[in-house]
Amino acid sequence: MFRTLLPIALIAGAAFVSPCAQAQDKQAKEKLLLKSVSVDLPNGDRMFPSKLGSDAVNNNCLACHSAGMVLNQPVLSRSQWKDEVNKMRTAYKAPVDAGDVDAIVDYLVSIRSAN
Amino acid sequence: MEKASPSHFLWSRRHFLGRAGGATLALASTPAWADVMTRLPLPGGPDERPMTTAFPQKGALILQRTRPPLLETPFEVFDQSVFTPNDRFFVRWHWALIPTEVNIDAFRLAVRGHVNRNLSLSLNDILALPQMELAAVNQCSGNSRGYFQPRVPGGQWSNGSMGNARWTGVRLNDVLERAGVKAGAVQVRFNGMDEATVPDAPDFMKSLAIDHARDGEVMLAYAMNGEQLPLLNGFPLRLIVPGWYSTYWVKMLNDIEVLDQPDTNFWTKTAYTIPDTPNASIKPGEIGVRMVPINRMVPRSFITNIKAGDTLRASAPTLARGIAFGGDSGVSRVDFSKDGGKNWQQAKLGKDEGKYSFRQWQIHFNPADKGDHVLMVRCTSTTGEMQSDTPNWNPSGFMRSVIEQTAVVVA
Repeated sequence: MFRTLLPIALIAGAAFVSPCAQAQDKQAKEKLLLKSVSVDLPNGDRMFPSKLGSDAVNNNCLACHSAGMVLNQPVLSRSQWKDEVNKMRTAYKAPVDAGDVDAIVDYLVSIRSAN
Repeated sequence: MEKASPSHFLWSRRHFLGRAGGATLALASTPAWADVMTRLPLPGGPDERPMTTAFPQKGALILQRTRPPLLETPFEVFDQSVFTPNDRFFVRWHWALIPTEVNIDAFRLAVRGHVNRNLSLSLNDILALPQMELAAVNQCSGNSRGYFQPRVPGGQWSNGSMGNARWTGVRLNDVLERAGVKAGAVQVRFNGMDEATVPDAPDFMKSLAIDHARDGEVMLAYAMNGEQLPLLNGFPLRLIVPGWYSTYWVKMLNDIEVLDQPDTNFWTKTAYTIPDTPNASIKPGEIGVRMVPINRMVPRSFITNIKAGDTLRASAPTLARGIAFGGDSGVSRVDFSKDGGKNWQQAKLGKDEGKYSFRQWQIHFNPADKGDHVLMVRCTSTTGEMQSDTPNWNPSGFMRSVIEQTAVVVA
Protein backbone atom coordinates (compact mmCIF):
# COMPACT_ATOMS: atom_id res chain seq x y z
CA MET A 1 0.00 0.00 0.00
CA PHE A 2 2.96 2.35 0.30
CA ARG A 3 4.58 4.34 -2.39
CA THR A 4 8.28 3.94 -2.28
CA LEU A 5 10.13 6.25 0.01
CA LEU A 6 13.20 6.12 -2.15
CA PRO A 7 12.64 9.50 -3.84
CA ILE A 8 12.80 11.20 -0.50
CA ALA A 9 16.14 9.57 0.17
CA LEU A 10 17.42 10.64 -3.23
CA ILE A 11 16.54 14.24 -2.72
CA ALA A 12 17.87 14.24 0.79
CA GLY A 13 21.18 13.03 -0.56
CA ALA A 14 21.16 15.23 -3.64
CA ALA A 15 23.74 17.65 -2.36
CA PHE A 16 26.27 14.85 -1.97
CA VAL A 17 25.88 12.87 -5.21
CA SER A 18 27.70 13.20 -8.51
CA PRO A 19 26.22 15.29 -11.37
CA CYS A 20 25.33 12.22 -13.44
CA ALA A 21 23.02 11.01 -10.71
CA GLN A 22 21.26 14.33 -10.54
CA ALA A 23 19.19 13.83 -13.71
CA GLN A 24 17.73 10.75 -12.10
CA ASP A 25 17.09 12.73 -8.96
CA LYS A 26 15.26 15.40 -10.87
CA GLN A 27 12.93 12.80 -12.26
CA ALA A 28 12.39 11.40 -8.81
CA LYS A 29 11.72 14.85 -7.47
CA GLU A 30 8.70 15.28 -9.69
CA LYS A 31 6.73 12.43 -8.23
CA LEU A 32 8.11 13.31 -4.85
CA LEU A 33 7.21 14.71 -1.99
CA LEU A 34 6.22 17.89 -0.49
CA LYS A 35 3.80 20.07 -2.35
CA SER A 36 2.32 23.29 -1.04
CA VAL A 37 -1.22 22.89 0.20
CA SER A 38 -4.21 25.17 0.16
CA VAL A 39 -7.48 23.91 1.56
CA ASP A 40 -10.80 25.06 2.93
CA LEU A 41 -12.06 23.90 6.28
CA PRO A 42 -15.76 23.68 7.01
CA ASN A 43 -16.92 26.19 9.57
CA GLY A 44 -19.70 24.26 11.29
CA ASP A 45 -22.44 26.86 11.23
CA ARG A 46 -25.18 25.03 13.06
CA MET A 47 -26.63 26.92 16.00
CA PHE A 48 -27.59 25.54 19.38
CA PRO A 49 -31.21 24.34 19.44
CA SER A 50 -33.44 27.30 20.03
CA LYS A 51 -34.89 27.48 23.52
CA LEU A 52 -34.54 29.57 26.65
CA GLY A 53 -30.91 30.60 26.95
CA SER A 54 -29.81 29.64 23.45
CA ASP A 55 -28.94 33.25 22.62
CA ALA A 56 -26.44 33.36 25.47
CA VAL A 57 -24.86 30.10 24.30
CA ASN A 58 -24.77 31.04 20.62
CA ASN A 59 -23.32 34.47 21.37
CA ASN A 60 -20.67 33.33 23.85
CA CYS A 61 -19.55 29.91 22.65
CA LEU A 62 -19.59 29.69 18.86
CA ALA A 63 -16.71 32.09 18.27
CA CYS A 64 -14.21 29.46 19.44
CA HIS A 65 -15.94 26.18 18.61
CA SER A 66 -18.88 24.75 16.74
CA ALA A 67 -21.83 23.28 18.60
CA GLY A 68 -21.43 19.58 17.88
CA MET A 69 -19.18 18.44 20.70
CA VAL A 70 -21.29 20.25 23.30
CA LEU A 71 -24.43 18.51 22.03
CA ASN A 72 -22.62 15.16 22.15
CA GLN A 73 -21.90 15.36 25.88
CA PRO A 74 -23.46 12.79 28.18
CA VAL A 75 -25.79 13.81 30.98
CA LEU A 76 -23.68 15.99 33.26
CA SER A 77 -24.58 17.53 36.58
CA ARG A 78 -25.10 21.26 36.97
CA SER A 79 -21.77 21.54 38.81
CA GLN A 80 -19.98 19.67 36.00
CA TRP A 81 -21.48 22.02 33.41
CA LYS A 82 -20.54 25.01 35.56
CA ASP A 83 -16.97 23.70 35.78
CA GLU A 84 -16.87 23.41 31.98
CA VAL A 85 -18.09 26.96 31.48
CA ASN A 86 -15.65 28.27 34.06
CA LYS A 87 -12.82 26.33 32.43
CA MET A 88 -13.65 28.08 29.15
CA ARG A 89 -13.49 31.45 30.92
CA THR A 90 -10.43 30.98 33.10
CA ALA A 91 -8.18 28.46 31.35
CA TYR A 92 -9.11 29.24 27.75
CA LYS A 93 -9.84 32.95 28.30
CA ALA A 94 -13.21 32.85 26.55
CA PRO A 95 -14.68 36.35 26.76
CA VAL A 96 -17.90 35.15 28.36
CA ASP A 97 -19.79 37.86 30.21
CA ALA A 98 -20.03 36.94 33.90
CA GLY A 99 -23.70 37.83 33.77
CA ASP A 100 -24.31 35.18 31.09
CA VAL A 101 -22.77 32.26 32.98
CA ASP A 102 -25.93 31.20 34.79
CA ALA A 103 -28.00 31.39 31.59
CA ILE A 104 -25.42 29.26 29.75
CA VAL A 105 -25.28 26.67 32.52
CA ASP A 106 -29.10 26.53 32.72
CA TYR A 107 -29.27 25.98 28.98
CA LEU A 108 -26.67 23.20 29.00
CA VAL A 109 -28.40 21.43 31.86
CA SER A 110 -31.71 21.70 30.03
CA ILE A 111 -30.52 20.26 26.69
CA ARG A 112 -28.90 17.24 28.30
CA SER A 113 -31.78 16.40 30.59
CA ALA A 114 -34.01 16.54 27.49
CA ASN A 115 -32.13 13.66 25.91
CA MET B 1 -15.03 -20.19 7.86
CA GLU B 2 -17.66 -18.01 9.43
CA LYS B 3 -16.98 -14.32 9.38
CA ALA B 4 -19.08 -11.74 11.08
CA SER B 5 -20.39 -8.64 9.41
CA PRO B 6 -17.46 -6.41 8.43
CA SER B 7 -19.14 -3.25 9.57
CA HIS B 8 -18.58 -2.16 13.13
CA PHE B 9 -21.20 0.49 13.04
CA LEU B 10 -24.90 0.70 12.69
CA TRP B 11 -25.70 2.91 9.79
CA SER B 12 -28.92 4.74 9.36
CA ARG B 13 -30.38 7.71 7.59
CA ARG B 14 -31.17 10.98 9.19
CA HIS B 15 -34.75 9.94 9.91
CA PHE B 16 -33.31 7.46 12.37
CA LEU B 17 -33.17 10.38 14.75
CA GLY B 18 -36.62 11.62 13.92
CA ARG B 19 -37.93 10.79 17.34
CA ALA B 20 -35.02 12.18 19.27
CA GLY B 21 -36.76 15.41 20.23
CA GLY B 22 -34.30 18.25 20.64
CA ALA B 23 -31.70 16.57 18.50
CA THR B 24 -33.96 16.87 15.46
CA LEU B 25 -33.87 20.64 15.66
CA ALA B 26 -30.10 20.60 15.64
CA LEU B 27 -29.90 18.21 12.73
CA ALA B 28 -32.34 20.18 10.66
CA SER B 29 -29.68 22.83 10.13
CA THR B 30 -26.75 20.48 9.47
CA PRO B 31 -25.29 20.47 5.96
CA ALA B 32 -26.17 17.80 3.42
CA TRP B 33 -22.96 15.81 3.92
CA ALA B 34 -24.11 15.02 7.42
CA ASP B 35 -26.94 12.97 5.99
CA VAL B 36 -25.54 9.59 7.03
CA MET B 37 -25.45 8.79 10.71
CA THR B 38 -23.44 6.23 12.63
CA ARG B 39 -23.92 4.89 16.14
CA LEU B 40 -20.83 4.42 18.26
CA PRO B 41 -22.47 3.14 20.69
CA LEU B 42 -21.72 4.86 24.01
CA PRO B 43 -23.38 3.91 27.29
CA GLY B 44 -26.25 6.25 28.09
CA GLY B 45 -25.84 8.21 24.83
CA PRO B 46 -26.01 10.40 22.97
CA ASP B 47 -24.17 8.09 20.61
CA GLU B 48 -25.32 9.02 17.12
CA ARG B 49 -22.83 10.97 15.04
CA PRO B 50 -22.88 12.22 11.47
CA MET B 51 -20.41 10.74 9.01
CA THR B 52 -18.52 13.41 7.11
CA THR B 53 -16.56 13.69 3.88
CA ALA B 54 -16.34 17.48 4.08
CA PHE B 55 -12.74 17.76 5.25
CA PRO B 56 -9.84 18.29 2.84
CA GLN B 57 -7.61 15.28 2.03
CA LYS B 58 -9.95 13.12 4.11
CA GLY B 59 -12.38 10.34 3.32
CA ALA B 60 -15.38 9.28 5.40
CA LEU B 61 -14.84 9.98 9.09
CA ILE B 62 -17.05 10.29 12.15
CA LEU B 63 -17.80 13.92 12.91
CA GLN B 64 -17.28 14.66 16.59
CA ARG B 65 -16.81 18.42 16.12
CA THR B 66 -16.47 20.59 13.04
CA ARG B 67 -14.45 23.51 14.43
CA PRO B 68 -11.79 22.98 15.62
CA PRO B 69 -12.00 19.57 13.93
CA LEU B 70 -12.41 16.37 15.89
CA LEU B 71 -12.76 13.51 13.40
CA GLU B 72 -12.81 9.86 14.39
CA THR B 73 -11.71 6.84 12.36
CA PRO B 74 -14.62 4.41 11.79
CA PHE B 75 -13.61 1.20 13.51
CA GLU B 76 -13.97 -1.04 10.47
CA VAL B 77 -10.91 0.73 9.00
CA PHE B 78 -8.75 -1.07 11.58
CA ASP B 79 -9.85 -4.42 10.15
CA GLN B 80 -8.57 -3.52 6.70
CA SER B 81 -4.83 -3.09 7.25
CA VAL B 82 -2.22 -2.76 9.95
CA PHE B 83 -1.51 0.81 8.83
CA THR B 84 -4.28 3.37 8.95
CA PRO B 85 -4.71 5.15 5.61
CA ASN B 86 -3.93 8.86 5.74
CA ASP B 87 -7.37 9.83 4.51
CA ARG B 88 -9.03 7.86 7.32
CA PHE B 89 -6.61 8.88 10.09
CA PHE B 90 -8.27 10.61 13.04
CA VAL B 91 -7.97 14.37 13.52
CA ARG B 92 -7.87 16.42 16.70
CA TRP B 93 -7.15 20.16 17.07
CA HIS B 94 -7.38 22.36 20.14
CA TRP B 95 -7.71 25.81 18.56
CA ALA B 96 -9.70 26.84 15.50
CA LEU B 97 -7.09 29.11 13.87
CA ILE B 98 -5.42 26.49 11.69
CA PRO B 99 -3.49 27.77 8.66
CA THR B 100 -5.28 26.59 5.53
CA GLU B 101 -2.34 27.38 3.24
CA VAL B 102 1.18 26.10 3.68
CA ASN B 103 3.83 27.12 1.17
CA ILE B 104 6.68 24.63 1.30
CA ASP B 105 9.24 27.16 0.05
CA ALA B 106 8.32 29.74 2.66
CA PHE B 107 8.01 27.35 5.60
CA ARG B 108 10.69 27.65 8.28
CA LEU B 109 11.33 25.69 11.45
CA ALA B 110 12.88 27.79 14.21
CA VAL B 111 15.23 26.16 16.71
CA ARG B 112 16.10 28.51 19.53
CA GLY B 113 16.40 29.03 23.25
CA HIS B 114 19.16 27.45 25.28
CA VAL B 115 21.29 26.63 22.24
CA ASN B 116 24.59 27.78 20.78
CA ARG B 117 23.09 28.81 17.44
CA ASN B 118 19.53 29.77 16.59
CA LEU B 119 18.40 27.98 13.44
CA SER B 120 15.82 28.76 10.80
CA LEU B 121 15.49 25.60 8.74
CA SER B 122 13.75 25.27 5.40
CA LEU B 123 12.13 21.99 4.43
CA ASN B 124 15.06 21.34 2.10
CA ASP B 125 17.43 21.82 5.03
CA ILE B 126 15.45 19.23 6.96
CA LEU B 127 15.25 16.82 4.02
CA ALA B 128 19.04 16.97 3.74
CA LEU B 129 19.46 15.47 7.21
CA PRO B 130 19.74 11.67 7.59
CA GLN B 131 16.35 10.07 7.04
CA MET B 132 14.69 7.77 9.53
CA GLU B 133 11.51 5.75 9.36
CA LEU B 134 9.45 4.26 12.12
CA ALA B 135 6.01 2.68 12.49
CA ALA B 136 4.13 4.04 15.46
CA VAL B 137 0.66 4.25 16.93
CA ASN B 138 -0.70 7.73 17.41
CA GLN B 139 -3.43 7.61 20.06
CA CYS B 140 -5.36 10.45 21.65
CA SER B 141 -5.09 10.58 25.46
CA GLY B 142 -8.88 10.51 25.53
CA ASN B 143 -9.39 7.66 23.06
CA SER B 144 -12.47 5.68 24.19
CA ARG B 145 -13.48 8.40 26.68
CA GLY B 146 -17.13 7.76 25.81
CA TYR B 147 -16.90 4.37 27.56
CA PHE B 148 -15.89 5.79 30.94
CA GLN B 149 -18.52 5.12 33.61
CA PRO B 150 -19.49 7.32 35.28
CA ARG B 151 -19.27 9.36 32.08
CA VAL B 152 -16.95 12.36 32.00
CA PRO B 153 -17.01 15.59 29.96
CA GLY B 154 -14.74 16.00 26.93
CA GLY B 155 -14.58 14.70 23.38
CA GLN B 156 -16.90 11.71 23.41
CA TRP B 157 -14.74 9.38 21.37
CA SER B 158 -15.37 5.74 20.70
CA ASN B 159 -12.21 3.67 20.05
CA GLY B 160 -11.22 5.42 16.83
CA SER B 161 -9.10 8.36 17.98
CA MET B 162 -6.02 6.31 17.20
CA GLY B 163 -4.14 5.22 14.12
CA ASN B 164 -0.96 3.53 13.05
CA ALA B 165 1.37 4.90 10.38
CA ARG B 166 4.85 4.56 9.02
CA TRP B 167 6.46 7.92 9.71
CA THR B 168 9.40 9.22 7.69
CA GLY B 169 11.51 12.16 8.73
CA VAL B 170 14.56 13.09 10.73
CA ARG B 171 15.74 12.59 14.26
CA LEU B 172 14.92 15.48 16.54
CA ASN B 173 18.36 14.97 18.05
CA ASP B 174 20.03 15.64 14.69
CA VAL B 175 18.25 18.98 14.53
CA LEU B 176 19.14 19.81 18.14
CA GLU B 177 22.77 18.93 17.49
CA ARG B 178 22.93 21.39 14.62
CA ALA B 179 21.80 24.09 17.02
CA GLY B 180 24.06 22.85 19.81
CA VAL B 181 22.24 22.30 23.09
CA LYS B 182 23.88 24.23 25.92
CA ALA B 183 24.68 22.64 29.26
CA GLY B 184 21.82 23.05 31.71
CA ALA B 185 19.00 22.42 29.22
CA VAL B 186 16.10 20.66 30.95
CA GLN B 187 13.25 20.50 28.45
CA VAL B 188 12.43 21.10 24.82
CA ARG B 189 9.18 22.87 23.97
CA PHE B 190 7.32 22.40 20.70
CA ASN B 191 4.89 24.82 19.10
CA GLY B 192 2.89 24.56 15.89
CA MET B 193 1.38 27.05 13.47
CA ASP B 194 -2.12 26.86 14.92
CA GLU B 195 -3.22 29.78 17.07
CA ALA B 196 -5.69 30.38 19.83
CA THR B 197 -8.94 32.08 18.88
CA VAL B 198 -8.64 34.48 21.80
CA PRO B 199 -5.48 36.61 21.94
CA ASP B 200 -4.51 35.95 25.57
CA ALA B 201 -5.51 32.27 25.56
CA PRO B 202 -2.73 29.71 25.98
CA ASP B 203 -1.06 28.81 22.70
CA PHE B 204 -0.93 25.02 22.25
CA MET B 205 2.59 23.87 23.12
CA LYS B 206 4.04 20.70 24.62
CA SER B 207 7.39 19.92 26.18
CA LEU B 208 9.56 16.84 26.58
CA ALA B 209 12.45 16.27 28.96
CA ILE B 210 15.77 16.98 27.27
CA ASP B 211 16.95 13.35 27.47
CA HIS B 212 13.70 12.12 25.95
CA ALA B 213 13.96 14.67 23.15
CA ARG B 214 17.48 13.47 22.40
CA ASP B 215 16.82 9.73 22.53
CA GLY B 216 17.16 9.27 18.76
CA GLU B 217 13.58 7.99 18.39
CA VAL B 218 11.64 11.22 18.79
CA MET B 219 11.46 12.53 15.25
CA LEU B 220 10.17 15.24 12.97
CA ALA B 221 8.04 13.54 10.30
CA TYR B 222 7.52 14.97 6.82
CA ALA B 223 5.85 11.83 5.47
CA MET B 224 3.20 9.46 6.71
CA ASN B 225 2.65 6.12 5.01
CA GLY B 226 4.94 7.27 2.21
CA GLU B 227 3.16 10.52 1.41
CA GLN B 228 3.19 14.03 2.75
CA LEU B 229 0.99 14.48 5.79
CA PRO B 230 -2.59 15.62 5.30
CA LEU B 231 -2.82 19.22 6.48
CA LEU B 232 -5.13 18.17 9.29
CA ASN B 233 -2.57 15.63 10.51
CA GLY B 234 0.12 18.30 10.74
CA PHE B 235 1.55 19.14 7.31
CA PRO B 236 4.32 19.88 6.64
CA LEU B 237 6.09 18.69 9.80
CA ARG B 238 4.90 16.80 12.85
CA LEU B 239 6.63 15.75 16.02
CA ILE B 240 6.54 11.96 16.51
CA VAL B 241 6.92 10.74 20.08
CA PRO B 242 6.85 6.94 19.76
CA GLY B 243 5.01 5.18 22.57
CA TRP B 244 3.60 8.39 24.03
CA TYR B 245 0.11 9.80 23.70
CA SER B 246 -0.78 11.97 20.75
CA THR B 247 -0.97 15.19 22.75
CA TYR B 248 2.83 15.38 22.47
CA TRP B 249 2.85 14.86 18.70
CA VAL B 250 2.71 18.59 17.89
CA LYS B 251 1.27 19.24 14.43
CA MET B 252 2.42 21.88 11.91
CA LEU B 253 5.55 22.11 14.04
CA ASN B 254 7.45 25.32 13.32
CA ASP B 255 9.09 26.25 16.60
CA ILE B 256 11.43 24.28 18.87
CA GLU B 257 12.64 25.99 22.01
CA VAL B 258 15.25 24.48 24.31
CA LEU B 259 14.45 25.47 27.90
CA ASP B 260 16.75 25.83 30.89
CA GLN B 261 13.77 25.91 33.25
CA PRO B 262 10.81 23.51 33.48
CA ASP B 263 7.96 24.52 31.18
CA THR B 264 5.11 26.17 33.03
CA ASN B 265 2.78 26.65 30.06
CA PHE B 266 -0.83 25.54 30.56
CA TRP B 267 -0.81 22.66 28.07
CA THR B 268 2.26 21.00 29.57
CA LYS B 269 1.83 21.73 33.27
CA THR B 270 -1.92 21.94 33.85
CA ALA B 271 -3.82 20.29 31.02
CA TYR B 272 -3.39 16.63 30.13
CA THR B 273 -2.53 15.50 33.63
CA ILE B 274 -3.40 12.12 35.11
CA PRO B 275 -3.53 10.74 38.64
CA ASP B 276 -0.13 9.40 39.64
CA THR B 277 -1.69 6.00 40.44
CA PRO B 278 -1.60 2.56 38.77
CA ASN B 279 -3.38 2.82 35.41
CA ALA B 280 -4.08 6.50 36.18
CA SER B 281 -7.12 5.25 38.03
CA ILE B 282 -8.96 6.76 40.99
CA LYS B 283 -12.42 6.40 42.48
CA PRO B 284 -15.02 8.85 41.16
CA GLY B 285 -15.06 11.80 43.52
CA GLU B 286 -11.67 11.01 45.03
CA ILE B 287 -9.68 14.21 45.65
CA GLY B 288 -6.23 15.22 46.78
CA VAL B 289 -4.50 12.89 44.34
CA ARG B 290 -1.10 13.88 42.97
CA MET B 291 -1.41 14.67 39.26
CA VAL B 292 1.36 14.27 36.67
CA PRO B 293 1.54 15.00 32.93
CA ILE B 294 0.21 12.10 30.87
CA ASN B 295 3.08 10.25 29.27
CA ARG B 296 3.65 6.76 27.86
CA MET B 297 0.90 4.57 26.43
CA VAL B 298 -0.13 1.20 27.83
CA PRO B 299 -1.15 -2.06 26.08
CA ARG B 300 -4.48 -2.33 24.28
CA SER B 301 -6.08 -4.81 21.90
CA PHE B 302 -9.25 -5.02 19.87
CA ILE B 303 -11.27 -7.49 17.85
CA THR B 304 -11.84 -5.84 14.48
CA ASN B 305 -13.92 -8.38 12.52
CA ILE B 306 -16.67 -9.18 15.02
CA LYS B 307 -18.78 -6.47 16.57
CA ALA B 308 -21.07 -6.40 19.57
CA GLY B 309 -24.43 -7.97 18.79
CA ASP B 310 -23.17 -10.21 15.97
CA THR B 311 -24.53 -13.72 15.68
CA LEU B 312 -22.04 -16.60 15.40
CA ARG B 313 -22.89 -20.18 14.48
CA ALA B 314 -22.50 -22.77 17.22
CA SER B 315 -19.56 -25.10 16.68
CA ALA B 316 -18.73 -23.55 13.30
CA PRO B 317 -15.04 -22.77 12.83
CA THR B 318 -14.82 -19.01 13.26
CA LEU B 319 -12.04 -16.51 12.71
CA ALA B 320 -11.45 -13.72 15.15
CA ARG B 321 -8.83 -11.16 14.27
CA GLY B 322 -7.76 -7.70 15.24
CA ILE B 323 -5.00 -5.40 16.35
CA ALA B 324 -2.93 -4.97 19.48
CA PHE B 325 -0.21 -2.64 20.63
CA GLY B 326 2.08 -2.70 23.63
CA GLY B 327 2.03 1.02 24.44
CA ASP B 328 5.68 2.03 24.65
CA SER B 329 6.95 -1.48 24.00
CA GLY B 330 6.20 -4.33 21.62
CA VAL B 331 3.47 -6.96 21.71
CA SER B 332 4.64 -10.14 23.40
CA ARG B 333 1.39 -12.08 23.15
CA VAL B 334 -2.31 -11.69 22.52
CA ASP B 335 -4.80 -14.00 24.21
CA PHE B 336 -8.40 -14.54 23.25
CA SER B 337 -11.33 -15.78 25.28
CA LYS B 338 -14.63 -16.98 23.86
CA ASP B 339 -16.19 -17.43 27.30
CA GLY B 340 -15.94 -14.06 29.02
CA GLY B 341 -12.44 -14.56 30.36
CA LYS B 342 -12.75 -18.02 31.96
CA ASN B 343 -10.39 -19.62 29.47
CA TRP B 344 -7.78 -17.99 27.28
CA GLN B 345 -6.14 -19.18 24.06
CA GLN B 346 -3.01 -17.62 22.61
CA ALA B 347 -3.61 -15.93 19.26
CA LYS B 348 -1.23 -16.02 16.32
CA LEU B 349 0.58 -12.73 15.77
CA GLY B 350 1.02 -11.07 12.39
CA LYS B 351 4.14 -9.43 11.02
CA ASP B 352 6.17 -7.37 13.46
CA GLU B 353 6.29 -3.85 12.04
CA GLY B 354 8.24 -2.52 15.00
CA LYS B 355 7.67 -2.19 18.71
CA TYR B 356 5.57 0.99 18.46
CA SER B 357 3.26 -0.31 15.71
CA PHE B 358 -0.09 -2.03 15.74
CA ARG B 359 0.41 -5.80 15.56
CA GLN B 360 -2.26 -7.85 13.84
CA TRP B 361 -3.43 -11.07 15.50
CA GLN B 362 -5.86 -13.83 14.62
CA ILE B 363 -7.27 -17.03 15.99
CA HIS B 364 -9.68 -19.76 14.89
CA PHE B 365 -12.22 -20.89 17.44
CA ASN B 366 -15.47 -22.77 17.70
CA PRO B 367 -18.24 -20.82 19.40
CA ALA B 368 -19.53 -23.11 22.13
CA ASP B 369 -23.06 -23.48 23.46
CA LYS B 370 -25.92 -21.55 22.01
CA GLY B 371 -26.75 -18.39 23.89
CA ASP B 372 -25.13 -15.12 24.89
CA HIS B 373 -21.35 -15.05 25.11
CA VAL B 374 -18.66 -12.44 25.62
CA LEU B 375 -15.51 -12.47 23.50
CA MET B 376 -12.44 -10.88 25.03
CA VAL B 377 -8.95 -10.07 23.84
CA ARG B 378 -5.94 -9.28 25.99
CA CYS B 379 -2.51 -7.91 25.09
CA THR B 380 0.69 -8.50 27.02
CA SER B 381 3.61 -6.23 26.13
CA THR B 382 7.23 -7.26 25.73
CA THR B 383 7.89 -5.72 29.15
CA GLY B 384 5.30 -8.06 30.67
CA GLU B 385 2.60 -5.44 31.14
CA MET B 386 -0.86 -7.00 30.67
CA GLN B 387 -4.21 -5.32 30.13
CA SER B 388 -6.43 -5.29 33.21
CA ASP B 389 -9.98 -6.63 33.43
CA THR B 390 -10.93 -3.68 35.65
CA PRO B 391 -11.73 -0.42 33.83
CA ASN B 392 -9.65 2.53 34.97
CA TRP B 393 -11.36 5.82 35.79
CA ASN B 394 -10.20 9.42 36.06
CA PRO B 395 -12.10 12.69 35.64
CA SER B 396 -10.48 13.53 32.29
CA GLY B 397 -11.28 10.20 30.67
CA PHE B 398 -7.64 9.48 29.81
CA MET B 399 -5.77 6.23 29.18
CA ARG B 400 -8.61 3.74 28.87
CA SER B 401 -6.93 0.37 28.55
CA VAL B 402 -9.26 -2.27 30.00
CA ILE B 403 -9.65 -5.67 28.30
CA GLU B 404 -12.35 -5.07 25.70
CA GLN B 405 -15.51 -7.18 25.72
CA THR B 406 -17.59 -8.05 22.67
CA ALA B 407 -21.01 -9.50 23.46
CA VAL B 408 -22.20 -11.91 20.76
CA VAL B 409 -25.05 -14.37 20.29
CA VAL B 410 -24.23 -17.96 19.40
CA ALA B 411 -27.11 -19.55 17.50
